[in-house]
Amino acid sequence: MKYIEQDLVIQRMSGRKILNLIFKVLFLFATSLALLALAILLFRIVTQGAGHLSIDFIQNFASRFPEKAGIKAALVGSLWLMAVVAPTSIILGVGSAIYLEEYAKKNKVTTFIQVNISNLAGVPSVVFGLLGLTIFVRALALGNSILAAGFTMSLLILPVIIVASQEAIRSVPAELRDASYGMGATKWQTIVRIILPAAIPGILTGSILALSRAIGETAPLIVIGVPVIIQFLPSGVMDTFTALPMQIYDWSSRPQQEFQQVAAAGIIVLMAFLLFMNSIAVFIRNKFHKRY
Amino acid sequence: MMTTIVEKERTTESPVRVKEHAKSVYSTNQLNLWYGSNHALKNIDLDIKEHEVTAIIGPSGCGKSTYIKTLNRMVELVPSVKTSGEILYRDRNIFDSNYSVEELRTRVGMVFQKPNPFPKSIYDNVAYGPRIHGIRNKKILNEIVEKSLRGAAIWDEVKDRLHENAYGVSGGQQQRICIARALAIEPDVILMDEPTSALDPISTLKIEELVQELKKDYSIIIVTHNMQQAARISDKTAFFLNGEVVEFDHTDTIFSNPSDKRTEDYISGRFG
Ligand SMILES: Nc1ncnc2c1ncn2[C@@H]1O[C@H](COP(=O)(O)OP(=O)(O)OP(=O)(O)O)[C@@H](O)[C@H]1O
Ligand SMILES: [Mg+2]
Repeated sequence: MKYIEQDLVIQRMSGRKILNLIFKVLFLFATSLALLALAILLFRIVTQGAGHLSIDFIQNFASRFPEKAGIKAALVGSLWLMAVVAPTSIILGVGSAIYLEEYAKKNKVTTFIQVNISNLAGVPSVVFGLLGLTIFVRALALGNSILAAGFTMSLLILPVIIVASQEAIRSVPAELRDASYGMGATKWQTIVRIILPAAIPGILTGSILALSRAIGETAPLIVIGVPVIIQFLPSGVMDTFTALPMQIYDWSSRPQQEFQQVAAAGIIVLMAFLLFMNSIAVFIRNKFHKRY
Repeated sequence: MMTTIVEKERTTESPVRVKEHAKSVYSTNQLNLWYGSNHALKNIDLDIKEHEVTAIIGPSGCGKSTYIKTLNRMVELVPSVKTSGEILYRDRNIFDSNYSVEELRTRVGMVFQKPNPFPKSIYDNVAYGPRIHGIRNKKILNEIVEKSLRGAAIWDEVKDRLHENAYGVSGGQQQRICIARALAIEPDVILMDEPTSALDPISTLKIEELVQELKKDYSIIIVTHNMQQAARISDKTAFFLNGEVVEFDHTDTIFSNPSDKRTEDYISGRFG
C-alpha cells in the first residue's frame, strides 16, 4: 500500500509552482518598495543639500544666516560624544554579557535580570533622557556636558550591546570551551583566548549598530538640554557641546526655506559619518576573520 | 581486511601481558554521580593501571562519557551534578576541596568524540596548552609542537602548513591534531571519548595504531561503541550497564570468556 500517489502529485504540481511564483513576486515587490522609498529619500536629500555642501560648510560654526551656517561644532561635538559613548558602552556591555553568560549561576535572579535587559532595549529614548537629566546632569552635577550626554547615550544603547554580545558569546561552540577547560585552562584564560576571539565579530557588529543609533538620537540630548548655537569647540569632556542630530533638528525647524537646504546638507554629513563608522566595523571584522 | 592485519600484529606481540604488579593511576571507590535526580553512576569500583589501554564499553546512556568526564572533573561543568565516593589519582582524592581542577587537567589530557580544534592555526592549537601554562619561549614552543605532532603521527602531513587554519584539514587529521594538542601538555593519562566515531575506517585505523604507540608513554582510557575496536586495542575492558560496572577484566577474558551473562549478551550483539 502506497501513501503517495504519483499521479496526484503530478496533478497538483502546477498549482504548487504557481503559488511559489506568486510569493516570489510578492516578496520582490516588498523589497523593491523599501528600496524605492530609500532611493527617493536619498535623491531628495542629495538634490536639496548638495548645493550647500562645501569645505566652508564643514569649517563654519552655526549662524543666523543660512549661507554662512556651518556644521563644525556639531561634527566635532558628535566625535567627542562617540569618544565617550564607545568605550563606556562597549566595556560595560561586553563585561555584563561575559558575566551573565560565563559567571552568573542560572537561577531566578539572573532570569529576572535577563528579561529586564531585553525590556530596557525597548524603552523610548526620551525616558533615558530623563534618567540622564536626573542622575548625570543634576545629581552628579555634570551639567549639559559631553560626559553627561555620553553616559546617557551609553545607558540607552547598553541593553542592545549586552544582548548582541551575549548572543555572540553563546554562539561559540561548547566543544571549544570543553577543549580549553580540558587542558587545564582557567575560566579567565578560556574567556580571553577562546571565547572572546570567536565572539568578537558578532560583538563588534552589534556594538557598531548600537553606536550608529546613538549618533542619530536627538530626544535624550534635547531633554538633557544640549544647546544648538555654539561658537566654540569643546576642549574636554566637561564642556558643553552640540551634536549632529541636534543641529539638523534645529535647522529643519527654522522657517526660512534656505535652512531646509542647510539641514539636508547636515543630513548628508551625518550619513557620511555613519557610513564611515560602518566601514570601520566591516574592516575590523574582516581583519579578525583572517586571523582565525 | 585492515582489521585482520591489526589483529595479527597484536597476537604476534603477546597480547596477554599480565602486569598485575603495575602501579595504579586511578582507583575509583564507590563512586556515585547524579545529574539532578538522575542517578547516572552507581557504586563504581575500578582500578586503572599504568601504561595500559582501558576500554569502556556499554550501551548508549549507560554512563561511559559521564565516567570518563568525572576522571578529569569536566562533568562538573554541568551545574546539577552531585557526586559521592572517591577517585584516587596517583593516590590523591581528586574530589578533595584543595585539589585544583586545573592541575588535574594538566596531568590528564582529553580527546573528544567530535574533533574540536580551535579556530586557530595548527601551530597555535598545539601550542595552546603549553602557552596557558606559561611557556613563552619560541624555541621551546617549536620543539613541543613538533614533538607532539610527531607523537600523534601527523607531523609529516602538516609540517608544511603549520600556520594554516586547523579547520582546513580532514576530520581524521583534525582528530590527530587534537591528540597532539592533548600530548603537548605532557599528560600522564589520556582520556578518549569515542575518538573515532566521527571518522572513516582509514583514519580510525591510524588512530588505533597511534593508541598502541602512545600506551608506551601514557595510560589511556578509551570509550568506544565498537566491540572490535575494544578487542583490538585494549588491555582491560570495563562493561558498563545502567550506570554500573557489570564486569571489568582483561580484554581477552571479557571477549572470550565473560563471567556475567549480560556481558556475553552485549558483546555478542543481543542488546545495546
Ligand atoms: N548534561 C547532562 N545533564 C543531565 N543528564 C545527563 C547529562 N549528560 C548525560 N546525562 C544522563 O546521564 C546518563 C549517562 O549518560 P552518558 O552520556 O554518560 O552515557 P554514554 O554511556 O556516554 O552514552 P553514549 O554511548 O550515547 O555516549 C544518561 O541517562 C543521560 O541522560
Ligand atoms: Mg557518550
